[in-house]
Amino acid sequence: MKTGPSAAAVLAGGIGLAAFGIISTLAEAIASFSKALTWSKAVGALSGKTILGIAVWLAAWLLLGLAWKDREVKIGPVVVVSAILLVVGVLTTFPPFFDLFAAD
Amino acid sequence: MQFTSREFWTAIHGMAFGFGFILFFTATLALLLTLRSGALTAQGVRTNVILLKISGLVIAVLSWLAVIVGTWFVYPWYRAVPPQGTTDLSGFPRSRLLANTAVSGWHNFGMEWKEHLGWVVPIIATVAAYLIFRYGEKLTEENRIRWTLFVIVCVAFVLAGIVGVLGAIITKEAPVV
Repeated sequence: MKTGPSAAAVLAGGIGLAAFGIISTLAEAIASFSKALTWSKAVGALSGKTILGIAVWLAAWLLLGLAWKDREVKIGPVVVVSAILLVVGVLTTFPPFFDLFAAD
Repeated sequence: MQFTSREFWTAIHGMAFGFGFILFFTATLALLLTLRSGALTAQGVRTNVILLKISGLVIAVLSWLAVIVGTWFVYPWYRAVPPQGTTDLSGFPRSRLLANTAVSGWHNFGMEWKEHLGWVVPIIATVAAYLIFRYGEKLTEENRIRWTLFVIVCVAFVLAGIVGVLGAIITKEAPVV
């Protein structure tokens, strides 16, 4: 069984998480970006952040999945990179971190 | 004793989906740890993998349901802004927390983290479910994938646990009613 599709799923997950976190921090830092992400008045900017984050994740999965469909990809380095992206995602959704960039 | 519709949906979000996730997580973990061809008969492996697929799928579905209901049903009630001049903030949890500096951290830190971190869990759980379905019985031979899966599922659990504990504390301090 080729490892490409599995590696694509794992790496895309990491990319999606990091993207979601970075979008969240950017929304905190740039008021106009936060306003632009307010796709639902009731939910606020979280609506845009989550939908955009999921879109990035699914797009990454689709593209990597197509690129690595029939390839043998070393899973170890992919897991390490995905773990780093996960840390980025968790850190950038951590309030004491994103508050450092908060717009006044 | 009666539930308001807001309390009902909050309970569904936290108790049904959140605790359901944790229950099925333990099943997934146990099934993963016992999935070794040397430790099971061929029939045992087949049964284990069927159960693993069910539990893996359930944790992915429950984590999506938890964040969707939490974000789109419960969160708008939590963050609702009270009309000017409102003195009774019991129906406005966010404002109630922010009005008291002794507990405002539960919004500024607790809810701010929970509302974001919660969305990390279903993505991780979906990746785990995908790997379970893709490899199926081959997981017995693929040690590296099985251990990757083990770590992924544990990370999802730890993050879900943080989200759950924050949710429980926030609900205790300022329930959505």
